[in-house]
Amino acid sequence: MNRQDLQTIISAEKEKDQTNKNKNKVCVCCGASCISSGSEEVIKKLQEEIIIKGMNADVEVIPTGCMGPCNQGPLVKFLPDYTMYQKVNSTDVEHIVQNQLIDKKPVENLLLFSDSRPQPFINAQEDPFFKKQMKIALKDCGDINPEKIEDYFVHDGYKALDKVLFQMSPEEVIAEIRQSRMRGRGGAGYPTGLKWETVYKYVNDQKYVICNGDEGDPGAFMDRSVLEGNPHRVLEGMAIAAYAIGANKGYAYIRGEYPLAIKRIELAIKQAKKSGILGSNILGTPFSFDVEVRIGAGAFVCGEETALIASIEGKRGTPKPRPPFPAESGLWGKPTLINNVETFAGIAPIINNGGEWYSEIGTPKSAGTKVFALAGKINYSGLIEVPMGTSLREIIFEIGGGMQGNKAFKAAQTGGPSGGCIPPAHLDVKMDYESLISLGSIMGSGGLIIMDESSDMVDVARYFMEFCMDESCGKCVPCRVGTKMMHDLLQKICDNNGTTIDVQRLEELAGYVKETSLCGLGASAPNPLLSTLRHFRHEYDNKIEQ
Amino acid sequence: MLNQELAKTDPRVKLIAAKIKKGNYKADALIEILHSAQNAYGYLPMNVLRYITKELRLPPSRVYSTVTFYHFFSLKSKGEHTCLVCTGTACYVKGAQLILNEIEKQFALKPGQVSADNKLGVQVARCIGACGLAPAVVLDDEVQAKANAGDIINKINAKIVAP
Repeated sequence: MNRQDLQTIISAEKEKDQTNKNKNKVCVCCGASCISSGSEEVIKKLQEEIIIKGMNADVEVIPTGCMGPCNQGPLVKFLPDYTMYQKVNSTDVEHIVQNQLIDKKPVENLLLFSDSRPQPFINAQEDPFFKKQMKIALKDCGDINPEKIEDYFVHDGYKALDKVLFQMSPEEVIAEIRQSRMRGRGGAGYPTGLKWETVYKYVNDQKYVICNGDEGDPGAFMDRSVLEGNPHRVLEGMAIAAYAIGANKGYAYIRGEYPLAIKRIELAIKQAKKSGILGSNILGTPFSFDVEVRIGAGAFVCGEETALIASIEGKRGTPKPRPPFPAESGLWGKPTLINNVETFAGIAPIINNGGEWYSEIGTPKSAGTKVFALAGKINYSGLIEVPMGTSLREIIFEIGGGMQGNKAFKAAQTGGPSGGCIPPAHLDVKMDYESLISLGSIMGSGGLIIMDESSDMVDVARYFMEFCMDESCGKCVPCRVGTKMMHDLLQKICDNNGTTIDVQRLEELAGYVKETSLCGLGASAPNPLLSTLRHFRHEYDNKIEQ
Repeated sequence: MLNQELAKTDPRVKLIAAKIKKGNYKADALIEILHSAQNAYGYLPMNVLRYITKELRLPPSRVYSTVTFYHFFSLKSKGEHTCLVCTGTACYVKGAQLILNEIEKQFALKPGQVSADNKLGVQVARCIGACGLAPAVVLDDEVQAKANAGDIINKINAKIVAP
């Protein structure tokens, strides 16, 4: 398909959308969480009910990706009013359809947050949960059907790819991304534009683009939600990157634990190929790009770039020393660009709105927005996207609706097994790369677990150390042996057999492992230990005294 | 057993053979091939691994080391029914361990073990990404949201008693 054919299709879809503008849309969240809570039955019942009521010409039922407040699911959203219902059961459907669509009176007791807010909002966008958010990577997630490329077209899908192919040189694309000051969303926060430029500069007739969807941090589900909610956005970002660096082949490496995400990205690839957006001579230009899915097999270390590459090559996922960096010698020894799912999801908006627009969001050193997976002892857990620099307090008490059961906040864990815990004294910390590092934690990929007074912080440290011990690939000694030794010492303290010497040894070991491990897994494995020692030392002392 | 014999007697091998062919008999596709083998069998039986090894012309150590490296691959049957308890951070904070303790008490099974009659296998997952529903348990591919130990025990009992 060439450019003109596609544009005809897109304008036809947009026209159809315009004529349907006043049509009621009922979006039902079909993210993995809501499906687990029974949203597929709700959809079936809704479709039946709408036919019974004879409204099938005026109402459209759309299965969508994640809407955000996952623990309130299954979620149903009525557009254009933006009225949202929570914990919808198939037996509630008849009542909701009658009241919302026919009598035009919302069902108060099922409104989103109706069981926790004295005055729930009829327009959910006015609720602090949504009002405080700013959605860029997640923009269309929850509004469009992720299994229909046409829905993506209507929401300016592949407009950015069209723009780069016909109006921009690869250098200009890289300059735009550099200007945006976007940093990699996978954890380390390396400037995205700089990474692209490095790969671009290596001359080679074969280069690769890899999308890292091996979201291994326990308590993180941002990449999963993006892939499930808007897979085309990720593909578009990958294609733009491929054009910029001169690659013609891409891999999307997705965790095996995410079957729905795998299904949806595979479907999206199929649809994009059919529309001439992937494949050879895309939209009639000389640019060719193809994407293949690779399924992870459950190894946390494969989130590390060189281990991920080994895994795509069909080998044990063990990391290699860097340099050479993948930008120079990556997949099958060729220059390779690896970015995270969320990073790719942010590319199209930057191209459409300009790098300057993006750079003005967030803080001077951390531009843009960040998606967080909010979970733990908090009232509203789920998926949120906020500008960088939003304070932890705002996230917990305004967006997250405060602590569950009004218990006291004790710690927020960021960055998974590579991160740390933020204590109550630092509730006003701005969530950006630098501020979190200064507290001994890291931004990480965006998992944010809230703990209350009932959490034992020494046991939290032990939990993460056990994770790192199990997930250590065994290649280098400091990580393989060090994590085991630290785990055993932590276990000893948890069992109330610890001594002050054990704590000293832990601190010593943490330093060695941090400095001498081969890859990021070992180098960051002591972080949860060190941060709990820093902010919750008294809990260690209490256990030793007993 | 010779490869041809295995291919003749077991129709599931065809699925694996197709995957091997699709990957041009190259070792790069090993993980993909192992995925389809595990899908077909539920685990990776030794004779199937031997078959893959020969078809790809790889040393057995290379295949075996890859299989044992990844958590997802299993060398033994996972049981007719599986109970997978998520131990991700959100589930940990919300008491996944209590569920595991109760399962161990009731069925005398620890994570990774399968009952003697092969009816029930218990596993743990690092994180299934359903943190909003913590603690989460997956019973035979069906996610149980906000699980509590008693409910899970009842559901398991219903599964293993039913014919």
